[in-house]
Parts: sequence; C-alpha cells; structure tokens
Amino acid sequence: MVKLSGGEMVVQALKDEGVEYVFGYPGGAVLHIYDALFKHAGDMTHILVRHEQGATHAADGYARATGKPGVVLVTSGPGATNAVTGIATAYMDSIPMVVISGQVPRDRIGEDAFQETDMVGISRPIVKHSFMVQRAEQIPSIIRKAFHIATTGRPGPVVVDIPKDVTNPVDKFDYVYPEKVRLRSYNPVTRGHSGQIRKAVQLLLAAKRPVIYSGGGVILGNASTQLRRFARMLDYPVTNTLMGLGAFPGTDRQFVGMLGMHGTYEANMAMHNADVIIAIGARFDDRVTNTPSKFCPEAKIIHIDVDPTSISKTVRADIPITGPVDTVLNDMIGQIEEMRRAGAGEPDRAAIADWWLRINAWREAHGIYTAPRYDTNGPYIMPEDVIRQLWEVTRGDAYVTSDVGQHQMFAAQYYLFDEPRRWINSGGLGTMGFGLPAALGVKLAFPDADVACVTGEGSIQMCIQELSTCKHYGLPVKIINLNNGYLGMVKQWQDMQYSGRYSHSAYADSLPDFVKLAEAYGHVGMRIERKEDLRPALEKAFAMKDRLVFLDIVVDPHEHVYPMHIAPNGAMCDMWLSKTEKT
Amino acid sequence: MRRIISLLMENEPGALSRVVGLFSQRGYNIETLNVAPTEDPTLSRLTLTTSGDERVIEQITKQLNKMIDVVKLCDLTEGAHIERELMLIKVRATGAQREELKRSADIFRGQIVDVTSSLYTIMLTGTQQKLDAFIQAVGDAVILEVVRSGVSGISRGDRVLSP
Repeated sequence: MVKLSGGEMVVQALKDEGVEYVFGYPGGAVLHIYDALFKHAGDMTHILVRHEQGATHAADGYARATGKPGVVLVTSGPGATNAVTGIATAYMDSIPMVVISGQVPRDRIGEDAFQETDMVGISRPIVKHSFMVQRAEQIPSIIRKAFHIATTGRPGPVVVDIPKDVTNPVDKFDYVYPEKVRLRSYNPVTRGHSGQIRKAVQLLLAAKRPVIYSGGGVILGNASTQLRRFARMLDYPVTNTLMGLGAFPGTDRQFVGMLGMHGTYEANMAMHNADVIIAIGARFDDRVTNTPSKFCPEAKIIHIDVDPTSISKTVRADIPITGPVDTVLNDMIGQIEEMRRAGAGEPDRAAIADWWLRINAWREAHGIYTAPRYDTNGPYIMPEDVIRQLWEVTRGDAYVTSDVGQHQMFAAQYYLFDEPRRWINSGGLGTMGFGLPAALGVKLAFPDADVACVTGEGSIQMCIQELSTCKHYGLPVKIINLNNGYLGMVKQWQDMQYSGRYSHSAYADSLPDFVKLAEAYGHVGMRIERKEDLRPALEKAFAMKDRLVFLDIVVDPHEHVYPMHIAPNGAMCDMWLSKTEKT
Repeated sequence: MRRIISLLMENEPGALSRVVGLFSQRGYNIETLNVAPTEDPTLSRLTLTTSGDERVIEQITKQLNKMIDVVKLCDLTEGAHIERELMLIKVRATGAQREELKRSADIFRGQIVDVTSSLYTIMLTGTQQKLDAFIQAVGDAVILEVVRSGVSGISRGDRVLSP
C-alpha cells in the first residue's frame, strides 16, 4: 500500500478523480498541498489566477462548458472568503464544483489565528455540502464523497476545509482511493414515478395550448437530445429560461425565445395563454414568473425536476415528477411511442395548428426575431446589433460567457444558441465579474473553439485582473465590451422608475482606456466607435486565433432592454415593448 | 399550523448548525428544538416544533430531507403521536404559598426536586399546554426561573422512524 502525507493525498485523490485543471492561489495554510502539487501533479494542471474569485468563476466556466466538476484550491482566511462569491454563483446555478480551502492548524482553530476564518460556517448557506477534515486518514474518502455529492442529483458546490497540520509532509498514511461511496442519507432519485409520468402524458396529449418550458436542469442533466425528440414528436412550442438557452436550438422553428422578465413577447404570451405547461428542469424563478399569483391563470402545470424542493416552491405543480430529466423524458417518449404503435398517442393536431397561428401572430406583431425592434438608423452602434453580428461572425458556434446587466440580456436575446453548454452566465446570483474568468475556464477546456466574453465596462472591471491569467496561460478569448459609460441596467431602472435620477450609475469620465489596459496586460485592444467599423473589427479579432482581443465598443448610452415585464403586480403578459409601448 | 418534525441525522459536527441554518436562511421559525444521540451513537434524534401553512411545511420537510446529514424525517403531527416536554421551574415558596405550591405541583403530577427554606424547584412533564397551564396556575409573581426542554415526540402504534 502507498504511504502518503496528507498534502500528497489531496493531490493524489484529485488525480484519481480524473481532474484536469485545478484553479487556485497558494497561501500559508495550503503550502504543504502546493508542495505536493509541485512534485506530483503529473498530467493535472494548476492554473494560477489573480484573485480567488477568479478561481471559482474559472472553475465554474469550465464545469458549465464540459459538464465535469470544477476544482478550486485556495488558502484559509481571505483566500477562502474571496472564493465565497464564486461558490454562491455556482450554488445558485447548480454547478458541480469542489473547493478545497486551507485552514489554520487544528490546535489553532478558534484562537483567532492569522488568516483564520470559519470557512465551513461562512459557506454553509451556499454549498450543497461541506466537510472539515479532522484527520489525514479521512482525506481520500472525504474527497471521494465531495466529488460524488457535487456531481450527482442536483449538482452543486462542495467545500472541503483542511487544517494545515493535517497536510504535514512528515506524517505518512496508507492511501487507498475508495471505489464506492456510502452515504446512507444521500440517494438521489434515478427514475420518475411511472404513474405520474402516465398522468403527465395524458394531460399533455389532451392540451390545446401547450408550452414546453425548459430550464438549466436540461443542460445540467444532459437531456438536450431527449428534449429535442420530445418537442419534435409533439410539435409543441418550446421556450427556454436564461439558464436553459441552447438546450433547444435557438434557430428552430418551434423555439419561441427566452421567457421571463426580458423574454420575447411570443414566449411570454404563449405562457400566459397556455392551458398546459410542462416545466422541465426549470424552477419558476421570480425573473420568469413575474407576480406568482397572476402566473399563467389557465395552465395546468407538469413539473419535472431532480430536486423535489424545486417543485411547488413558488408555483404549485398539478403533476409533480421528481426525477432526472433525461430518464423522465425517455420514459415519456417511450410511452408516447407505445401509444402510437397502438394507433393513439397523437396530440390534438387541429388545436395545435390554431395555437401556432396565434403564436406566429404574436411573433409578427412584436417578435424581436421577425424584425429589428431597435433603432437601426441612429448614429450609435446598437448593442443588439453587436450581438447579432457576433453571432454571424462566429457562425453561431461560439462559447459565449457574459457578465451581468444589459449586455447579458442582449446576449441572451440575440445570440441564438443551437447547442447546450455554449451560453455561460451567472443567472441565479447575477454576479458581475463572472464573464472573463469563466471564459478562461471555457477556453482551457476547448482551446480550438471561439470563446467570447460579452461584458460591459462596469462588469469587466470587477475581475479584470484575470487578463493577466489569460496572458500567463495563452488563452486567446475575445472580450466584447459593450461600453455605454453607465451601469446600464441600473440606469435603465432609474430611467423607468426613478425619473432618470442616475444615482451613482454614471462614470464615463473616469473609465480607463481599455485599449491601453489590454495592451498593458500584453493583449490586443481595439476601440470601435463607428457603425461601419464594427463588422471588420469583429472579423479581425476572431481571425487573430492566438491573441486575446479586447474590443471596447462604444454603444448607444440610452438603449434599454425590451421586452421587459411590468412589475410589481404584473402577469407574464404584461410587458414594456419599448420606451413608449406596452402590452 | 403547529407541526412537530422529528428527524434522524448524522451525529457529526456541523450537522445541527446546518439544520438550524436552514430555518434562519429561509425565514422559517423554530419554536422549540431538542437533540440528543440515539441508541446508535452515530445518529442523533432531533425534534422541533414549527408553524406555517401547508406550503411552508412542505418546503421545510423537503429542504430538511435534502440535507446530506439528514437520514430520515417525519412530521409527527400527520398521525397519532405522543408529545412530551420537561420543565424545571424554580418558584419562591414562603409562608402560605409553600403549601399551595405543593398542592399545585401534586395536581399537575409534578415533583419537587429541590427545596430550600424559601424555594422549591419543581419538575413537570407533559404537553406544551399542560406546562403552560401550570405556569399560569402558579402565577408570574412566584416564578424565579423556567427551563423547558422543548417538545419531544414519538408516533403511536407501529410507526417507527428508523434509518
């Protein structure tokens, strides 16, 4: 049997887990682990970020794009607390992640030692689970459990807090990486209830105005193929949540766009007027439902989710189905096929044809894909147009990360994702600063793919130090900075609800020269101010395969994101369609 | 509506704080709470009382069930059950009150477990309402200290909460 120190066991366990990349930052409490990494990393690569928040977001981006767990290694105290925002981001979007944090030696815990913080306590509300290692012998089994918990059921981040003395290089222990995990209290469901599934199929087939409302769970559960088959065999309209974009192709005829606060008119109208809604891996988030009591008054709701706490949390489900979305959809598809072999299992085709007529009329009236709903004749570059052109230049095939704000919504609306795991954004927590580090995580996983970070001049400054990490590891992502000189979404709300009083949302005079900044970090910077320069700049940037290009694009400072739900007290169908029109 | 939720959880550091944290972070209320290891030292039995409408209780039980440390859970108030709480109450007992307090303790089937020339400490078990009633019967004026264990409970009949 191999004898290893605690520090070596951490490294060996990560290797045994098949980890490719560890995103981290060294410091006192993890130096034994870093020394073991220096000697024994093998094929595993450590990525030195410039701030621990960047480590968590990079690991998160890697996890979202690949489906594999992201791995983070940080020191105690500030290293751990800096990681907290990234852990919360992953938690809100159910991203598998294992965060190893150093801790002060066991006999110093509780003494307010240097760089001591109660990481297990601080992270408790934002993790799926956490472990404090008490003895070195526990390291292999705890790390095994951490990966198991992070990646199964509804995924999420797991923190493993390791006191420094546990990793002491002098003390060696028997090392065996356990093959199996035994957790008597943790058994995620593997199949949906067949009776419930049968009821759901009956309700669905009888529907006259159905909508398939699919969320991030379809992507996390790798059920995109099943969703497509299911939707096509029924010919029902599909809407995706912000987190679910790409699960169903954005360019498909059956796709009615994103729903919710900034969803399309046709998606929100279809939802509001539906008689049956099947929610698949979606959680009726407040940015989707608008006022819950007014949500889709005529709809019967089928809700499939692997996490029972998501079901009937905000909107009551008529037919709840707890189970992984892939197996549940397979079961539903199987049932419909079986019915069809017996000459049944057809939806009400006439009613569905009428339903499509209504949906297409909504598309014609106010759809953002039938005609540009933004000003195409004005002097400014329009942010919507930047995203459309980005989509064209990258042939709709890029990985797009984003930060949070107007640019995020424009990207979600105008970049039509045809594949899952291409749209990487912080939907639940809404973390500014997410985009750039996430993009570097994606680029590591897919070095040959185009990776664009759509951001704004506000968000990009929250983790801009990661430009240095991109230089360090040669990660040529493309930064699309929609620069309007304001905190755009804050300004939009101030325009709409605070009579245009821009309380601390304007800073145009103090913005850095992003071109020089990019150059200072060793990258290429471009500033685009005129409409006619946009397309050539995008093409030039994406042609530079081995350089990070920072495109600082000056856009209309006063553009708003539309449609936008009228809140509070509005229903799904209550929307602003422009600065002057509403439904 | 008042509910008694009883659960088995891993007897490990941090488990209790996760359960309690769930309540505070989601804005649920804990009225009483007690916890102790069972005959299996790896398991603790935790019983709490809370209140809320059906939807809140459903969320609480689902969220608790989801926790990795929680092995099994039941809502005792869903079926026939026995609930008990233990109270230790220290009262001023002088002059005529001494006899009166002794009588009240007897009526409520309490026991006087400590005596000084001016004090009684009375131990009482029963439902929450019974303990409340005793406090009311003796009156605030004589009460010096009240210690209550919080509700403990078990299902009647064959129903057993086991891992």
